Amino acid sequence: MRSKRSELMVGCFIVLGVAALVYLAVQVSGLAFSSKKDTYQVVARFDDIAGLTSRAKVSIAGVAVGNVESITFDKDLYMALVTMNIDSDVNNIPTDSSIAVLTSGLLGEKYLGISIGADDEMLKNGSEIYDTQSALVLETLISQFLFKGGDSEK
Amino acid sequence: MSVVDAYIKVQNVSFSRGERSIYENVSLTIPRGKITAVMGPSGTGKTTLLRLIAAQLAPDSGKILVDGQDVHALSRSELYKVRKKMGMLFQSGALFSDMTVAENIAFPMEEHTKYDAKKIADIVADKLYSVGLRGAVNLMPSELSGGMARRVALARAIALDPELVMYDEPFTGQDPISKGVLVKLIRQLNDSAHITSVLVSHDVEESLSIADHVCILAGGRVIAEGSADEIRASDDPEVKQFLNGEPDGPVPFHYPEEDVSGRVAL
Amino acid sequence: MKSIGLLGASLLDWLEAVGRAGIFLVQSIFRLPVRFKESVNLLVKQLYSVGVLSLVIIIVSGAFIGMVLSLQGYSILAKFGSEEAVGQLLALSLLRELSPVVTALLFAGRAGSSLTAEIGLMKATEQLSSFEMMGVDPLRRVIAPRFIAGVICLPILSLIFSASGILGGHLVSVEWLGVYDGAFWSSMQQSVYFDTDILNGLIKALCFSVVVTWIAVYQGYECVPTSEGIGKATTRTVVLGSLAILALDFVLTAAMFGDF
Repeated sequence: MRSKRSELMVGCFIVLGVAALVYLAVQVSGLAFSSKKDTYQVVARFDDIAGLTSRAKVSIAGVAVGNVESITFDKDLYMALVTMNIDSDVNNIPTDSSIAVLTSGLLGEKYLGISIGADDEMLKNGSEIYDTQSALVLETLISQFLFKGGDSEK
Repeated sequence: MSVVDAYIKVQNVSFSRGERSIYENVSLTIPRGKITAVMGPSGTGKTTLLRLIAAQLAPDSGKILVDGQDVHALSRSELYKVRKKMGMLFQSGALFSDMTVAENIAFPMEEHTKYDAKKIADIVADKLYSVGLRGAVNLMPSELSGGMARRVALARAIALDPELVMYDEPFTGQDPISKGVLVKLIRQLNDSAHITSVLVSHDVEESLSIADHVCILAGGRVIAEGSADEIRASDDPEVKQFLNGEPDGPVPFHYPEEDVSGRVAL
Repeated sequence: MKSIGLLGASLLDWLEAVGRAGIFLVQSIFRLPVRFKESVNLLVKQLYSVGVLSLVIIIVSGAFIGMVLSLQGYSILAKFGSEEAVGQLLALSLLRELSPVVTALLFAGRAGSSLTAEIGLMKATEQLSSFEMMGVDPLRRVIAPRFIAGVICLPILSLIFSASGILGGHLVSVEWLGVYDGAFWSSMQQSVYFDTDILNGLIKALCFSVVVTWIAVYQGYECVPTSEGIGKATTRTVVLGSLAILALDFVLTAAMFGDF
C-alpha cells in the first residue's frame, strides 16, 4: 500500500517536471510546436540594421506577421542583407511597400515594420523590398541635431 | 585442545589499524559443528577477527582458511559465494531499516536463490517460528525491542541455512531473559542444523555455558584456548583475572602513559 | 623546504581522495541492480524520498524568488520606462542562472544532507556490512539507486523551480504592479530561446546534480560511523556541495554564455 502511494507520487512528480518543461518551452520561449507554419521568404537590404537580430519580429501595423530568418553581409553593396519569413496568409503586401528597422520603446528590442505601398503587384517568395529605412542610430541623430542647430544660427 | 576437524584455521595472522597493532601472529582453530567462544577484554579486536574471517578486512600477514579455502586469496565473486555459506549476527542487529521483518529475512533468499514467493514466505515463517517471533512478521525494525531485533537478525542470518554463523557480541545490552533466550537459541541452532558457530563476547558466564571450545584473546595474542572446563581450571593469571573480573592484575588498571614527566611539566 | 614537502603531501592526499571518490562513482554507476524489477522498485523509493519530498521547498522558494526578482526588476526598469522588460529579466535570470543554482543549493541542503545521513546511519548500524556479509554489494544495492535518483531529480526540480518562479513573477508584475500581460509574455518570448536558455539551464542542473549527489553519497559511505562522524559528514556534504555548485556554475556559465 505504501509503495503504491509512493509510486503514484513519483509519477505525479515526473509529470509535473514534464509539464514544467512544456510550459517553459511554449509560454516562456515561445517555441511553437506548429512552427512549420507556411511562410514565404522576402529579402531586404539595409544600410544599417544596428542591433537587429535573427528571430526578431516583422510587423505590419504593429501586428507580427513574420520573423527575421537570417542576417548576412552583402559584400558587393556593403549592405546588410536581411532574409525574413512572412506568414503565407499575409499574401497581399504590395511590392512598393517600405520596410524600416524600429525599436520598441526607448531601450527595447529592434524589429522590422512594413509600411504598405500602393502597387497592384504583391510580394511573393524570393521578392525583395527595395524601399528600406535604416535604424535610427542615436549618435547620428545627435550629430544631425547639432549640425542643424549650427545652421540655423547663421 | 586437540582439534580433529577444523572449519576455520587462523594461521599466524597479524593485523594493525594505522599505527596500532591489533594482532601479532595469532593462530587459532575453530572446530566444525561446535560452538566456539572468542573472549577477551573490550578493545582486543574480537569483532575485527570476525571481519577478517568474513574477509571484510584483510590481514597484514598470515592466512585464514575457511573450509579449506584461503578467503583472502579469492576473487570478489568467489568471495561472495563463500559468504553465502556464512551468516553473521551483528552487534546492533543491523536489520535493514526500510524493510519489514519478513522482507529482512526474505532478502538473502531473494538475492541468492530462485525460490518463488510462496516458498520464501514459508521459509520466513519457519525461521521466525524457530526464534519465537512468528507474530512479528509485519513489524518494522524500529518497532522491535533490542532483544527481538537480535532474534530477527538471527533468523535472517540463518535464512540461507549457512554452515557458519558468527555472533558479534550477542549478549551485550540484553536483559537476563533475552540473554537466556539467545543462549538457548544459539545452542539449539547449532545442534539441530549442524552449524559451526563462532561467538565473540566478553560475557563470561553466558559464553562459557554454551561454548564447546573457548579462545581468550588479550593484548593481540591468544592467551588461552581449550574447552570451557579447561579454561575454568586454568591457573594462568591473565585468564583468571579476566574470568573473575578482578580490577588489577596482569592487565593493568592504569592505561599506559607514554611520558609521565612530560605530562607533569604541562 | 619542509613546508613544500607538507604541501606536496597534502596535495597527494587530496589527489588520492579525489581518485577514491572517482572510482567510487564509476563503481556505483556500473553496478546497477541486476534484476530489473527490483532496481525499478528501489529507484522509485529513492525518487520519492529525494524528489517528491523536495517538491514543496522548491515550489515555494521558486515562487518567492520570482516575486522578488519582479519587484526589484520593476522598480529599476520603471525608471527607464520599460517595465515590460521585467518578463525578459525574470525569465532569463531564472532559466540561465537562478533556477539551476538555487535548486542545486536547496537540493544539497535538503536531499543531499539526508542522503549522507541515511547512508552514514546505515554504515553505523552495520547495515552496509550486513549487505556485504550476505554477498550483496552495498554499492549496487544502496548507493547506485540513490545516486541515480539524485541525478534524475535535480533537473526536474530545476524545471519546476523555473516554472514556479515565472508564475510567481507574473503574479507580482502583472496582477499587482500592473505590467501589461501581453507585453510581459512577448518580451519574454522574444528574448528566451529554447536551446540557448532552457536547454543550457537544464545542462547546468544536470552537471550540478551529478556533483552534489556524488558528494552526498560518497560522504555518507566514507563517514566515520559514529554520531559525530555522521554529523560532520552531513555538514561536509552541504559545504562542499555548495562550493562545488558555485565554482562549477562559473565554469559552465563562461563556457555557455561567455562568448558575447
